[in-house]
Amino acid sequence: MKLNAIDERLLETIADLHGVPQGAYNIRKNGDLLSRLSTQNIEIVSKDGKPGIDVLVRPGTKNESVHIPVLLTASGMTDLVYNTFDVGEGSDVLIVAGCGIHNPGSGAAEHDGIHEFIIRRGARVRYVEKHYGEGEGTGERILNPKTIVTLEDGAYAELELVQIRGVDSSRRITEARVGRGAKLVISERLLTHGRQVADSIISVALEAPEASAEVLARSVAQDSSRQVFRASLTGATKCRGHVACDSIIMDSAEIRSLPELIATSPEAELTHEAAIGKISGEQVIKLMSLGLTEKQAIDTIITGFLR
Amino acid sequence: MLRIDKVTVSGDNGSGEKVEILDNVSASFDSGKMYAITGPNGGGKTSLAKLIMGIYRPSSGRILMDDRDITDSNITDRAMMGIGYAFQNPVRFRGLRVRDLLNIAAGQEMGGTRTSHRENMERFLRVVGLCPRDYAEREADGRLSGGELKRLEIAMMLARDPRIAIYDEPEAGVDLWTFERLLEVITNRQKNKKDGITIVITHNERFLKASDEILLMSDGRIQQQGDADEIWPMIRDDVACRWRASCGGELDEAECYR
Repeated sequence: MKLNAIDERLLETIADLHGVPQGAYNIRKNGDLLSRLSTQNIEIVSKDGKPGIDVLVRPGTKNESVHIPVLLTASGMTDLVYNTFDVGEGSDVLIVAGCGIHNPGSGAAEHDGIHEFIIRRGARVRYVEKHYGEGEGTGERILNPKTIVTLEDGAYAELELVQIRGVDSSRRITEARVGRGAKLVISERLLTHGRQVADSIISVALEAPEASAEVLARSVAQDSSRQVFRASLTGATKCRGHVACDSIIMDSAEIRSLPELIATSPEAELTHEAAIGKISGEQVIKLMSLGLTEKQAIDTIITGFLR
Repeated sequence: MLRIDKVTVSGDNGSGEKVEILDNVSASFDSGKMYAITGPNGGGKTSLAKLIMGIYRPSSGRILMDDRDITDSNITDRAMMGIGYAFQNPVRFRGLRVRDLLNIAAGQEMGGTRTSHRENMERFLRVVGLCPRDYAEREADGRLSGGELKRLEIAMMLARDPRIAIYDEPEAGVDLWTFERLLEVITNRQKNKKDGITIVITHNERFLKASDEILLMSDGRIQQQGDADEIWPMIRDDVACRWRASCGGELDEAECYR
């Protein structure tokens, strides 16, 4: 596998990778497969008739990981992929995705990834997806991920969805159905700056008894960027759901935070909390009194908040 | 030595009127000594602390540290010169862990994990009675109690180890056991730091008596400064005088601070 300095930097940023990952992996660059490795328990195969892969995790697979980062380093290109993850019963795996864009030209560079997860009975998945944009070109860096999750009975999934910085436009759609006794935790972190726009739309259906979900979103909007966050929980039975969205707004940015709870059963326990506020001057002063400059203090507060 | 020379700080009284928060204040703090600042609420004690830390800027007067004029230096510069301030009301941070704040206070990377840093951090937490196993990874936000945050403030001061340490009401909001511990930690630190200056803003008799000198402040002015043995009896009488006045009697200024 040949990686240049830009590729290496992007991989490190979006997937904490220094070279070839351990375990199964599939690295895609500019619409083509760069490198792939399946293991005994995790098989990666190309889809027939459309771009993307199927990741098949054997039942009972424990403590294994699969990395599927995407690199986009060409201008004027839209990369569309459909990936399906079938995680077998009783498995416990880490899936690291993410997309890094380096746009060197004036055309837009866009990645639209559609990820579908079927998490079988009793399986546990931690899914990490980080997005990052950079590049000396003037072309836009666009990311439109869609994540569809089905949690079978007793399954557990933790989705860590992060937009680090440098993405001009993003529209993230996350849809989930949570089965009996299953639990979903969505942790979203979002930073926008400049004139960037970001929409995140999450809808979770708690349709089976004892299903539960937590959506924990934190975001920072700097400069004149705009964010819209919509999270909808639907409880149709004895279930529990909670949405917490907490945002820091700076400069002339705009944030809309719209948590929505829909209950169609008196047994559903759904709660939400939302807060938007600026960085507290007291926090900045405290950190300055510990020796940080004002800029370092603000950066530290944002880094901690979005961690 | 730290010297405040005829400093006035102006501010707003909340109704849009300009008031003197500190009014022509002069005071000096010698190396190797512990000072207590006390006085009625709203008398200017915290404002004086914020002035020394660089949070408040004077409209007139000078601040000198070892004869160097530091009046125009900002908060960061003052911190780097060796001034530290434990806030009266600890600040809560969403996302920053106890460990992060102690690393920053010690001048290390926020996420630093070097063994020596970790050991120091754990030592500072233990000194103030916070078990590292239970507290190091916790966020310094609303999930910590006021008393726990107060102890963290003191731990940050220990990690920073400034030459001039200002503690703003360290006794406020802490339980009796924690108070005894903090009193010991603060006084011992001063004893072991020969060139250090400790300034404690306090309403507590034990801190007042443990100090070398007491400054009595009210109405934005320093009314008295002197040896603790001399000033403490005056304060005791003054408290009684003002208490009588607040209950319907007349305040006799001549009797107060006599």
